[in-house]
Amino acid sequence: MSALPRAAELGLIACPVCGLVCRNVAGDRQLDGDGVGDAMACPRCGSLLRRRKSNSFMRTWALLIAAFLMYIPANVLPIMRTASLNDIDDNTIISGVVELWRAGSPYLAVIVFSASIVVPVLKFLALGILLTSSQRSSAWARLQRARLYRVVELVGYWSMLDVFVVALLTALVRFSVLSRVEPLPGVIFFGLTVVLTMLASMSFDPRLIWDGRNSDD
Amino acid sequence: MTESQTRNPRAEGGALPQPVVERRRFNASLIWLIPALAALVGLGLVVNNWLQAGPHVTISFQSAEGLEAGKTQVKYKNVVIGRVGRIELSEDRSHVLVDVALEKNAAGFATADTRFWVVRPRIGLGGVSGVDTLLSGAFIGADVGDSKEPRDKFTGMEAPPAVNHGAPGRSFVLHADDLGSLDIGSPVYFRRIQVGRVVSYELDKDGKGVSLHIFIDGPHDRFVTRETRFWNASGVDVSIGASGLKLNTQSLATVLAGGVAFQDPPGPHDATPAPQDNAYTLFADKGLAMAPPDGEPHFIRMRFDQSMRGLAVDAPVEFLGVEVGKVVSVRLDYDEAKQRFPVVVGAVVYPQRLGSAYDKLEALARERGENPDLSQLIGRLVEHGFRAQARSGNLLTGQLYVALDFVPNVPKVDFDPNARPLLIPTVPGSFDKLQEQLADMVDKIDKIPFDSIGKNLDHTLAGLDATLKQVNGETLPAFKDTLQGVQATMGSANQALSADSPLQQNLGDTMEQLQRMARSLRVLTDYLGGHPEALLRGRRPDASPSSAPATPSQGNTP
Repeated sequence: MSALPRAAELGLIACPVCGLVCRNVAGDRQLDGDGVGDAMACPRCGSLLRRRKSNSFMRTWALLIAAFLMYIPANVLPIMRTASLNDIDDNTIISGVVELWRAGSPYLAVIVFSASIVVPVLKFLALGILLTSSQRSSAWARLQRARLYRVVELVGYWSMLDVFVVALLTALVRFSVLSRVEPLPGVIFFGLTVVLTMLASMSFDPRLIWDGRNSDD
Repeated sequence: MTESQTRNPRAEGGALPQPVVERRRFNASLIWLIPALAALVGLGLVVNNWLQAGPHVTISFQSAEGLEAGKTQVKYKNVVIGRVGRIELSEDRSHVLVDVALEKNAAGFATADTRFWVVRPRIGLGGVSGVDTLLSGAFIGADVGDSKEPRDKFTGMEAPPAVNHGAPGRSFVLHADDLGSLDIGSPVYFRRIQVGRVVSYELDKDGKGVSLHIFIDGPHDRFVTRETRFWNASGVDVSIGASGLKLNTQSLATVLAGGVAFQDPPGPHDATPAPQDNAYTLFADKGLAMAPPDGEPHFIRMRFDQSMRGLAVDAPVEFLGVEVGKVVSVRLDYDEAKQRFPVVVGAVVYPQRLGSAYDKLEALARERGENPDLSQLIGRLVEHGFRAQARSGNLLTGQLYVALDFVPNVPKVDFDPNARPLLIPTVPGSFDKLQEQLADMVDKIDKIPFDSIGKNLDHTLAGLDATLKQVNGETLPAFKDTLQGVQATMGSANQALSADSPLQQNLGDTMEQLQRMARSLRVLTDYLGGHPEALLRGRRPDASPSSAPATPSQGNTP
């Protein structure tokens, strides 16, 4: 037992909206043992009271796996078709990056590469690490893991770069015969990946990082 | 939702309030539906891709010009049926191997007789094709056949096939001496409408000719009958006839790129449509094509004793102006007996070209019970003066042709109808005759005794000279004297005739006297008119002075 008591140990739970501190109902997982998580509500404002986000691990895992599955077709399928007068070019994310690099825009290539390859992959890794370590109630580098989670949350907003590029180009480059840009199915899968990773990071409860048998500050 | 607790936070009296517990209706594990769905979608994509994937075929081309891995499409009737996956060199680097992923529904293209070619822009004399590929880039064209035999290795064609499989129409074979200006794709015309094209050509196996395969599009292929004649319609045909200058072409395109035309011969003929791949002869021009068939050629020989300068191989052999054959060889021979070099001319003749004349001759020979062979027929003709003669066809260039003709008053010759080839007796050509006559004339002129004529002329001229000298020395001075005498006479005559000469005065007096005499004579006649009795009685005295009569008493008797 640590020196500083936690709310759970004191049998308390605070409402995140009105700040009312309630008595925690003993055992918050499954109140009546029917396997379905029951929810507590704040007796004053009626907002949801949760010691931890319910089924956080399961949800996060499910969404993360779904995101990963979507990430495969997002990379395999072409995301964009650029059709000019004498050429029709279907590009996947990687081939687009390669083409940008070859066309002499290495900075742009790096930006696109990091936004659409590095960030999602790092997100998968980060969430995976967070999940496994938290599930094992590991005490390893808790502060760093908490920071990592915040970074993941922050970066999530910027992951839609590719989708924005395709959407913008499709709307702007419409010179009928001369050149045009069309979105291809890959971009939908990429968008789904981003959405699912964001949902996954949202469903992860960072408080789980600090739960542990021999939790220490 | 069941509210098991009261909502009053202060109910427990100072103690911390209890949260309201609400029953969740959904099992949280339903969240696994999302990855399950994602997996399903992914699996669906994989399965779809696997189902869509058709067979892979490998096509070899001479070069991969215009082809791009992963981009170049394979099209049939302009529908995409596949895509080039990979391009690599063959092991011996002689050609490129193009790996094509056909689509599932195009699996039927991976059969034995499918043809592939690269569609590139082609600009030729016959036209322009594949212009759209200028912008879209090259693509691989495909044409599928009937075969069901699966195959995955193909040899690509370098040029698009002229005829797609299953196109309505029929193909035919033309035999020609040479290709001329024809090429694959050259048009075939029927009454100046393009109805087909040359599909392919090849040398005959013995190398003695060219076989052309043409394809006539349906429904025009029914105009090709067993008797149809094909001719090379390339270029411009200029002819000068009795009706003037005639310029004949099929179309401007054929002038440049060549073409073939066909038509049925005039007159009655077999008009049943020809079967597929029927063979025909390709004639050089329409005139030759439309001519009646030549029939069997006969080889004849002629011996000429004079120079045959100007007689070339292919020179015509004419019978009474009808071309019946052509010269095939001109060779020298040596005659030991005469120590001369006769020229032996070989020629082929087509007796069928004589038309009904030949038929009649044949019939006559049969009637007489003779062998209606050409040699026998010619034997009879030779008896009647049938001879070969080299004649000048063109005075300017000195081109000769061989004329078979009846020459009057020729010595009889031996003719051997069994000799092979037939030896036709000859007479010197018309030009040679002219030369001989000229030589004769020169001979005769030679015989004129120009020497003695000159001598005599000299003598005569000397005599003439002497005579002239005599005339000059003697006759002319005498003549001068005479002329002087004449001049003197004329001078005196002049004097006599001048105005003041006595002769003139006498003449004037005489004239006056004559006048006076005429006047008195008139008075007398007047008097006599009034008094005719005066002739008998003499003049009466005047009755009155008013009628004063003249006094011509002394002359009243005539």
